[in-house]
Amino acid sequence: MTVVSMTRDPDALTLTVVAELAAPPSRVWQVWADPRRLERWWGPPTWPATFVAHDLRVGGGAAYYMTGPDGEKANGWWRFIAVEEPRLIEFEDGFADDAGVPDPAMPTTRARVELAETAGGTRMTVTSRFASTEQMEQLVAMGMEEGLRAAMAQIDGVLAEG
Amino acid sequence: MVAYLSDTETADRVFAALADATRRDIVTRVLRDEASVSALAVKYAMSFAAVQKHVAVLERAGLVTKERHGREQLVRGDVDTVRAAARLLEQYEEIWLDRIGRLEQILAEPTGGDRP
Repeated sequence: MTVVSMTRDPDALTLTVVAELAAPPSRVWQVWADPRRLERWWGPPTWPATFVAHDLRVGGGAAYYMTGPDGEKANGWWRFIAVEEPRLIEFEDGFADDAGVPDPAMPTTRARVELAETAGGTRMTVTSRFASTEQMEQLVAMGMEEGLRAAMAQIDGVLAEG
Repeated sequence: MVAYLSDTETADRVFAALADATRRDIVTRVLRDEASVSALAVKYAMSFAAVQKHVAVLERAGLVTKERHGREQLVRGDVDTVRAAARLLEQYEEIWLDRIGRLEQILAEPTGGDRP
């Protein structure tokens, strides 16, 4: 496992994930910068992501949807705040309605992705910052749903194999 | 399966209950040792009625149980519900663990993720 650490700071409302990756920063940059690569890892296998827009520059945005096992869609948007190839991407991450319009009632998080070159490749630090405890809780509660759905799908798969 | 909060409504109640600092503190306290409502009222310099209200919110969320003991009402923390709430945070972490696992697979491809 290459995840080095995962730190929750309830006071600062941040979750920081540090991973050591066996590829240089330029390659890691591509998995964020290229929407075709990005959509292969952003959503779980049961909720794959499709990026319909991805404009990686300050002020630019991305739009994507995730498709559930029953064909239901969950829409999301990003807005890029900082882009410094190949070491920094910072963006706001929120939910959108069925038409892809940002939903102000849903929580918005801010993600800061830092890529640092190491002897073995890249150290990637992703810091997710929540706007409030309530938002953190709301998001986590939705993460739970996603996790439950994924678990159910796995059980279904095992049952189908007999 | 680890204790999950059974549905979204329950999760909402749990986190609404935990959104208040006094209630979080009450839960922490009664997880360690049960306490009467009147003892809690002294601790927080609050009226009996005010503490009673907080306890009622926690009770509806399943975070504490209340038991009559003579003239006292003893409040006790429900470990399972608290654990389930903590599990929610872990699941957010799991989302990222899974993402990094998938990301690594892409990086491990000889083409660096380019479709052949």
